[in-house]
Amino acid sequence: MVRVSFRVNGEPVELDVKPNELLLNTLREKLGLTSVKYGCGIGECGNCTVLVNGEPVLACLTLTVDVDGCEVLTVEGLSKGGLTRVQKAFIEEGAVQCGYCTPAFILMAEFLVRSKQEPSIDDVREYLKGVLCRCTGYVNIFKAVLKASESGRGREKVDKG
Amino acid sequence: MVVSEIPAINITARNTRIIPFEYEYYEPRSLKEALELLDRYGDQARILAGGTDLLVKMKARLVEPRVVINVKKIDNLRYIVEDGEQVRIGALTRLRDIENSELVKKYIPALHDAVKSMGSIQIRNMATIGGNLCNASPAADTAPPLLVHNAKIVLSSVGGDRVLPLTEFFKGPGLTVLKPSELLREIIVEKTNAGSSAFKKVSRVAVDLAIASAAIYVEVEDGFIRNARIALGSVAPKPLRAVKTESLLRGLRIDSREVLNALKTIDEEISPITDVRSTAEYRRYVSKVLVLDALEVAYTRLKGGVHG
Ligand SMILES: Cc1cc2nc3c(=O)[nH]c(=O)nc-3n(C[C@H](O)[C@H](O)[C@H](O)COP(=O)(O)OP(=O)(O)OC[C@H]3O[C@@H](n4cnc5c(N)ncnc54)[C@H](O)[C@@H]3O)c2cc1C
Repeated sequence: MVRVSFRVNGEPVELDVKPNELLLNTLREKLGLTSVKYGCGIGECGNCTVLVNGEPVLACLTLTVDVDGCEVLTVEGLSKGGLTRVQKAFIEEGAVQCGYCTPAFILMAEFLVRSKQEPSIDDVREYLKGVLCRCTGYVNIFKAVLKASESGRGREKVDKG
Repeated sequence: MVVSEIPAINITARNTRIIPFEYEYYEPRSLKEALELLDRYGDQARILAGGTDLLVKMKARLVEPRVVINVKKIDNLRYIVEDGEQVRIGALTRLRDIENSELVKKYIPALHDAVKSMGSIQIRNMATIGGNLCNASPAADTAPPLLVHNAKIVLSSVGGDRVLPLTEFFKGPGLTVLKPSELLREIIVEKTNAGSSAFKKVSRVAVDLAIASAAIYVEVEDGFIRNARIALGSVAPKPLRAVKTESLLRGLRIDSREVLNALKTIDEEISPITDVRSTAEYRRYVSKVLVLDALEVAYTRLKGGVHG
């Protein structure tokens, strides 16, 4: 067992974990943060995306021991001061179907909105391409992200598909 | 090629939710400490960098190391620096760092193209350039750009360093000349001063390994190709230089039909296979197209045009 301490959604966490424990399982099973989803387990679906020190990474390919000393953010930690612009836009645009991929899309959208002032539709595609939505609800998701980033640009293109 | 000849994928039900075995785990804080661990454990140990190849393989029990050495806490192996006529890149540099590097964009444009095309932002935040090379996939996207820029690699062990041209590094799928006690420490790349470079690839979906890829470095004088270097990915057991085609390109007018004829020689230099991603025939065909496309981009860059 290895003692690790890190912050999750602003709260300090201290745990003993085996070196082969994955962050995905620590978050879901030990910390009850079930917004982080297990999809493919091999890095392709992106549904386990979390922000570590503000950068998106995949919890299914991250050892828990590796985030020692880091700041981890999941969707549960986003809405502490009320829903964010991104979350509101997802609701308004109906960007949720079955909901499984929604937390990962929200986190990537938050990351995009924080990193780029006026993202283009190509930026939105690039930032979101690492998350798969098996309901194929991409059009409304793209609309929501553009809305949240207060960028009207490219909106027409989304409507055309 | 009939469909029945395409080898089936071996889909065994794997639980990819966990790593299904335990190992001894080390987090060296310095290069010296890492090299001592490698010296002690040799082929029983695996270096863990970004884990985007290694952890996938460990989940599937394709590799089952007794010892895992996580080298990511060694922070002086993550850098991109200009050094005279060269750019030096630390092995633990993330693909995302390379994507955001003005130095790489300016002096190694083909490498910049390649990293932008790799995986997703999440993957590029985790994956390292050293891991991409040491994993030694024939589809490793950083390899063709580095090959056309005459990259050298520095391999370190407790006994000291050795420097090799990248052309001598790969041996076959998953195989390199790296000894169990060695770590890839640095990649040294020649800057493009006289010429320019570009990289192109085709894959099935946005986040996927290449069906085929190509990089070219080219110098052009008065409309004639003075020097060209070509490298190809996913069309042979390892990423390779197409030296014969390169020599035929030298001296040709860049916009002439002879260039197209010369590119046909690529056929003799590659040995693609049919697998789940593509047929060998398509790989043969598309390789030439990719080289031509890359040549066009590199030439546009050379003329000072904006391209990526
Ligand atoms: C969804 C997905 C998409 C991907 N897309 C692409 C793509 O488009 N193009 C592409 O080329 N690859 C792709 N990959 C593969 C992978 O992300 C890259 O090869 C990556 O660069 C590997 O780096 P890493 O740091 O994660 O390596 P790791 O998995 O940590 O290591 C890989 C291997 O190299 C060894 N190793 C690592 N660093 C060193 C070192 N410094 N010295 C000696 N040995 C070392 C390890 O022991 C291991 O055997 C993808 C992977 C996934 C999961």
